[in-house]
Amino acid sequence: MPASPTLSFLPLLLPLWLFQAEPTSEIPKQNPHASAADVERGARLFRTNCGVCHGPAGNGGRGANLAQPSLRRASNDQALFLVIRQGIPGTEMPPGWWVLDDHEMWQVAAYVRSLGRVPPENVHGDAQAGERLFRTTGCIGCHQVALEGGNLGPSLTDIGSRRGVSYLRAVLLDPASSLPEDFLQVQAVTSDGKRITGIRLNEDTWSIQLRDLSGHLLSFWKDDLASLEKQPGRSPMPSYRGRLSDQELDHVVAYLVSLRGDR
Amino acid sequence: MKILIGMALAIFVARAQVTFERIRHAESEPGNWLTYSGDYSAHRYSALDQITSQNVKHLRPLWVHQIDALDKAETTPLVVDGIMYVTESPSNVVALDTRTGRPMWSFLRAVPKDVRLCCGQVNRGVALLGDLVFVGTVDAHLIALDRRTGSVRWDVTVANYKTGHAITAAPLAVKDKVVIGIAGGEFGIRGFVDAYDANTGKQAWRFWTVPVKGEPGIETWAGDSWKTGSAATWITGSYDPDLNVIYWGTGNPGPDWNGDVRAGDNLYSDCLLALDADTGKLKWHFQFTPHDVFDLDSTEVPVLFDGMFRGSARKLILFANRNAFYYVLDRENGKFLHGRPYAKQTWARQLDDRGRPVPVPGIEPTEEGLKIYPHPAGGTNWYSPSYSPKNNLFYVAARESGGLYFKGEADYKPGAEFNGGGMRNLPGDPGFGAIRALEPTTGELRWQYELFSPPWAGVLSTAGGLVFGGCDEGYFFALDSSTGKPLWRFQTGGKIVSNPISYLSESKQHVAIAAGHAIYVFALD
Ligand code: HEC
Ligand code: HEC
Repeated sequence: MPASPTLSFLPLLLPLWLFQAEPTSEIPKQNPHASAADVERGARLFRTNCGVCHGPAGNGGRGANLAQPSLRRASNDQALFLVIRQGIPGTEMPPGWWVLDDHEMWQVAAYVRSLGRVPPENVHGDAQAGERLFRTTGCIGCHQVALEGGNLGPSLTDIGSRRGVSYLRAVLLDPASSLPEDFLQVQAVTSDGKRITGIRLNEDTWSIQLRDLSGHLLSFWKDDLASLEKQPGRSPMPSYRGRLSDQELDHVVAYLVSLRGDR
Repeated sequence: MKILIGMALAIFVARAQVTFERIRHAESEPGNWLTYSGDYSAHRYSALDQITSQNVKHLRPLWVHQIDALDKAETTPLVVDGIMYVTESPSNVVALDTRTGRPMWSFLRAVPKDVRLCCGQVNRGVALLGDLVFVGTVDAHLIALDRRTGSVRWDVTVANYKTGHAITAAPLAVKDKVVIGIAGGEFGIRGFVDAYDANTGKQAWRFWTVPVKGEPGIETWAGDSWKTGSAATWITGSYDPDLNVIYWGTGNPGPDWNGDVRAGDNLYSDCLLALDADTGKLKWHFQFTPHDVFDLDSTEVPVLFDGMFRGSARKLILFANRNAFYYVLDRENGKFLHGRPYAKQTWARQLDDRGRPVPVPGIEPTEEGLKIYPHPAGGTNWYSPSYSPKNNLFYVAARESGGLYFKGEADYKPGAEFNGGGMRNLPGDPGFGAIRALEPTTGELRWQYELFSPPWAGVLSTAGGLVFGGCDEGYFFALDSSTGKPLWRFQTGGKIVSNPISYLSESKQHVAIAAGHAIYVFALD
């Protein structure tokens, strides 16, 4: 009979890390570096480190519009500092500590807060008219808002808090002009000649996963495919240049800006 | 009868002891994995040949050991006489039965809340000597445990963790000493390599990797910049028993990305050190990247290799550096013999005939971000290369990607990050990886197998004609060691940031790797 000593008394699974959460208690509640000089230095640091995504003046682009009185993920100074320092896992927002020290991050935070005091970007359109267009021009077939809509394109439930006006307008006129960072359209041809266009969901050395244009989830070993073509800079979203009037565009943009993920 | 029992016991004890002689001749007992890199030469090669290019397709997972920790598992398990010793984040040790995967004992180290690590509370493994197990901790202690019970035999403070010191490397047991390196290169520490008496924990020697006033090398640091010079030593080195020399790599100078405050070559940052194993005295040093402003730690594993170099028999070191160059050095005197890039790099024009890089004039990080290759994570990184005597090839998991380097302020505050800038990935260009097989004395590429992402896992070569590696997307895989042809893979479900090993359990060859937050063990069906 094999020996089977009872080892269950060993505290093997004690989750030590539970006691090691970020020591937020050491981070000030209020920004300790918020003088006019700090804001000025913060502005410079912002332009070089954040402007590439949030726009040089912070009013959004690839990253969220920060020029607003309150920020979704940063309701107070401490939360803002933490967002800047740790980034937002699972999004394009990178950890600031890679680039800046604590002092510099507080200065950037001071600058970000100062942005909230300038009036937000003007939106001319009528959000309600925009919502009607969203439903009638086919957007909803590809995009989910709240719990309704298609899934070929990304969910737009909180697009207004993620992207600025100029970015949104550019997407509608020329969808391929500003693709989300990890977005890739691919065309796969199977060994029996089937041609599949889809959006890449995941990829590794040996396999690729995609969603085809009808929403099917597909996974292939690359060895089994006759060909696999990546189409960077291409999007299945149609351009609305000429299909929507300038005024209608304004309405749609106003609607998108109003989508802030509030439940 | 009594005598018989006594003899049996003596044999048992003798066998159970992990003596220096056993580690020294590790290649003669490939059934065990006695030290971090498999042997003192750091070949990470297994002479076991049961698993071959023919039958590797029948390799199957045997058991999995899950680790209940937030940080990923970077450990290299050690195996001796049926027990596997594994470290778990942050600084715990568990002894597993290799047959069942069941824990025999565990050592849990409560670490303070305010430890400072740049890159996760990780640990890369233990060292074994006699009847002791040695582990470094993230709060910069070195601890000796009883190999049979896991109870603490001694515990010494190597450095103050509050100033950013930490231990993540596996120690190296040499003769009657335990050698350990320190992490903290992003916190402006002053680096060192330490040796402790294995039995008592008494410090035997310390080699400071940054000189003080009055010592040679101080002229390579402007003003007081040496005080925060870093040159951490956070990966396990190798050892030549005949020369009695320890070879150990050092990390970036501090601050990482702003060199303005530390004009000069900044010795002994980004070096390979040759230290007398008994005294810790510096025999020679070779600096790969003088006055580094790109975070090019030379904390990779130095591979010792005896072979013909341009017609004469030489004792050599093979070194694939994070700076994307491959080097061949004479390990008796540190002389540069040969070097060439093994991955894309744009920061240096070439190496001169003494092996010193000729940087592109004026190249340094800027406030707007300077684009160069390699990415700050390097052409390779801390994870291990391998040398196969069977194929006479050097294998390295190469990273092909660029990065943006930013220069920023550098105000030293004890315990705070002291980077002087930072980095970003190239937008929209994640790069790729490759397992590369190089001819050892020339660095010429013999074959490569491309990977989707730049990898974070080391390689193991085997007498069965295989190279094992891992990738970010969770596959543990085997390639043909002569051709690079992919032969087998298994999806572990977690990013692989560790090194593979091989050993015998019940006379059968096993292969093990840490992946995600678990240890996976494989054997033939
Ligand atoms: C690579 C692009 C990128 C860079 C660089 C970047 N961000 Fe972001 N940031 C984003 C994105 C995208 C989001 C929105 C994430 C989400 O919620 O989906 C975001 C969100 C934020 C938020 C939260 C906004 C809210 O509504 O709560 C703050 C604050 C912020 N970023 C500040 C910064 C600062 C300060 C920097 C420079 C140190 C910076 N970001 C650099 C892309 C970026
Ligand atoms: C055929 C499907 C399809 C239709 C119809 C469509 N889209 Fe899209 N949309 C996509 C896809 C796919 C993407 C992601 C790739 C890209 O940015 O082009 C996208 C991207 C977007 C984005 C950017 C999202 C981000 O996170 O960056 C916005 C905003 C957007 N669409 C709005 C609209 C609006 C408004 C309409 C209607 C006027 C519309 N889309 C119609 C498929 C569609």
